[in-house]
Amino acid sequence: MPGLAIEIENLTKEYPFGFLHLKKKTSLEGLNMQVETGEVFGFIGPNGAGKSTTIKLLMRLIFPTAGSARILGKPISDVEMHRDIGYLPEQPYFYDYLTAAEVLDYFARFHDLTAADRKERVERMLKKVGLETARKIQLRKYSKGMLQRVGLAQAILHDPKVVILDEPMSGLDPVGRREVRDIILELKKDGKTVMFSTHILSDAEMLCDRVGVIVGGKLRGVGAPGTLVDMKTQGMEILFELTAESNVPLLAKATRTGDRYRLQVAEEELYAAIEQLRATGARILSVSQVKATLEEFFMNLVAADRAQASAVEVSGK
Amino acid sequence: MKSQNPIAWLLPVVLLLGFAGIWRLQRDIDGQRVSLSEERDDVLLRSGKLMKVMSLEYAPLLADIYWTRVVQYYGNKHVRGQANLELLWPLLDITTTLDPNLLISYRFGAMFLSQAPPAGAGRPDLAVKLIERGIQTNPEYWRLYEDLGFIYYFDLKDYKKASDAFLEGSEKPNAQLWMKIMAARVAAEGESLETSVFLWKDIYNSTSDPSVKKNALMHLQLLKVKEDCQQLDLLADEYAKRFGKRPVRMSELVQAGLLQGIPGDPLGFPYIFGEEGKAELNLDSPLLEQQLLLERFK
Amino acid sequence: MKRAGVVALNTFREAVRDRVLYNLVFFALLMMAAAIAVGQISIGIEQTVIVSLGLSAISVIGLLISVFIGVALVSKEMDKRTLYALLAKPVRRWEFLLGKFAGLVLTLAVNTAAMALGLVLVMIYVKHSLEGSDAAVLVAVYFIWLKLALIVALALLFSCFTTPLLAILFTVGLYIVGLYVQELRNLPVEVMSPAMAAFTRWLSYLLPNFENFNVMALAAHGRAVPGALILQNTLYTVTYCAIVLTAAAAVFSRKNLK
Repeated sequence: MPGLAIEIENLTKEYPFGFLHLKKKTSLEGLNMQVETGEVFGFIGPNGAGKSTTIKLLMRLIFPTAGSARILGKPISDVEMHRDIGYLPEQPYFYDYLTAAEVLDYFARFHDLTAADRKERVERMLKKVGLETARKIQLRKYSKGMLQRVGLAQAILHDPKVVILDEPMSGLDPVGRREVRDIILELKKDGKTVMFSTHILSDAEMLCDRVGVIVGGKLRGVGAPGTLVDMKTQGMEILFELTAESNVPLLAKATRTGDRYRLQVAEEELYAAIEQLRATGARILSVSQVKATLEEFFMNLVAADRAQASAVEVSGK
Repeated sequence: MKSQNPIAWLLPVVLLLGFAGIWRLQRDIDGQRVSLSEERDDVLLRSGKLMKVMSLEYAPLLADIYWTRVVQYYGNKHVRGQANLELLWPLLDITTTLDPNLLISYRFGAMFLSQAPPAGAGRPDLAVKLIERGIQTNPEYWRLYEDLGFIYYFDLKDYKKASDAFLEGSEKPNAQLWMKIMAARVAAEGESLETSVFLWKDIYNSTSDPSVKKNALMHLQLLKVKEDCQQLDLLADEYAKRFGKRPVRMSELVQAGLLQGIPGDPLGFPYIFGEEGKAELNLDSPLLEQQLLLERFK
Repeated sequence: MKRAGVVALNTFREAVRDRVLYNLVFFALLMMAAAIAVGQISIGIEQTVIVSLGLSAISVIGLLISVFIGVALVSKEMDKRTLYALLAKPVRRWEFLLGKFAGLVLTLAVNTAAMALGLVLVMIYVKHSLEGSDAAVLVAVYFIWLKLALIVALALLFSCFTTPLLAILFTVGLYIVGLYVQELRNLPVEVMSPAMAAFTRWLSYLLPNFENFNVMALAAHGRAVPGALILQNTLYTVTYCAIVLTAAAAVFSRKNLK
């Protein structure tokens, strides 16, 4: 199905700061980006890159210095358009004097739903995000992960066409993360458009049709994950214990924690290293791939940027 | 992307219409409340000592507020020409108890209290009480003795006590020389035009308060009128001696060569002869009203 | 408007769950103590003492609630970011603001009405009867509620563009100024320059005049409050709140949340 769910044109946000707000910090610079209808779009970048700023601009929580955006073909200033959008804020927080069921019911009231429909949806959502047992507990007693689930539930409660999630995986345990992934995939299956931001590359890699990479307030590229970012493994990590004293030269390169040692080797040297270790009588506990984290990847990008002195622009310096 | 904000457009309209409405309503409410407000003119707590206890460490501040109330109360009544100033004393009492060093409250307070209505409450006894309280806490301040002498001289006509007050004040630091002279003169002559003029002149010159200045000026002008009329009466006596009848018009004195021209009062209105043949203020002179008011309450 | 209503009801629910209405217990204790004490003091002024004390307590408690919760209404939602998820719903910012206002005014209405009921009960206990003239007490309570609504609107406006602490200071400051607006007009005009006199006169009409709502003395002495004043004060409050809320909405709808 052709068409654009989200169109962002030249979106710029500057924050005034300092004495009399004379200085300006640019946190988003001329962003141009489109999200197609029905795709899962990952918005990735290190912390402070401008992901949240972009999403807040789309949700009109903050107002742009320049530029415009449209969602579902309507300008974002159109409040009625919000009937078709779901939004999960970063580290969501809700009225802590309400229970999960109450807060969902409260949000549902802003949509034109019948009382019965509202009740049915709230129940369904609680079940979907795995909170049906905690539904009668006031949110002040909720953990961060549980709040994240409430946030997700309220974002998809009204069956929106476009779902925008700001860091949906953060604060969740591995089980929670998988559940969120399942929900996103389910939304995709139902023909919804999902845009989510993350700084964890593997999440994006696993879910997204396309990703946009943003660093230092500028978009660095858009495309299918993998094509965009070189995610080849950096090497292998061996975790082992020594059964007897040994002075293999390899040991000098390993880091010790308690009785255990960690050793990083290049992929092609893995077998040689294992041979050597076994020869000294080491007990090998695990071998795993070391992937470049997005964080490191971006740090490199930022470092490259600095060389051109344009990573963070501060006007009026 | 500065999107139009409909509320920003609405705001000036709402502000304009709203405040016009508020203006209108406030006038109506004021109108309604006038009938209710009389009894609000009340001093609920009349005990200055209790007020002082309740004011914690802020007694001086509260004293200032009370002093403002005194001025307002006096000012309001004064403007409306109401002679009923019964709350003046309790307000002053509280003010000076809260802050015994608020000199202005003794000085002006005494003036408000002592003068005959409508200029004051006509209670020189309370004024003396107030000033004496002030002297008790501020014995070195010579102006208070001047005020005390003033009240004795003008309002109580007790020249012995007035002279004593001037003399005592003249011994205080920074006291001006004339205090001593005044003490002697008042003791010797009692009330005299010269002394009265001098005292009002000092008030006029030493105050910065416009209403006090205005009041002193009015008294000075009336004293001048009094002096002029005395002179004119003497001339009229002279005329009667020469022509065997009292003059009816001022112009007769001029024709007789006793005056160069028809003299005017301090505001320039020519004097006239009244029905009894005495020199008087012109009926058109604004000073006449002041004079009559003062005399009525004497 | 329906959405504003949803916000209003939730604000009321928040107040109830945050135990705001517990102040009623304090009020009840105060009135009981007063009722007993009055019996010991003197005959003849029970009415005056009970009514002045009761109305003062209603006013002071209401003031505390309206200033502190009024300022927190929006600033807390911004601070805790509970507003984010809400504004993504089809809600306009002014609807949210209006809802918040209405919610607290509703809370104050319930609270004030409960206290008024307590006051009437104590009056019955002390006097053993009620007369027609005691209706003035209810009018006084109604005026207190109007006053509180205006204060909530002001608190809301200030909290839209400054920190909560400053907003509290501004609100309280304006309230105190508003009590003395009357005095401003009664200043002896002749001591001021004409420009100054015109300015104070102008101010005295435009600043919120909280003295308008003070009929405590009338109520304490059982004197009737003119019907016209009830109507005028109601209109005054509605108009003033409309002005203040429009200004607040104008500021808030362009505000960048952090």
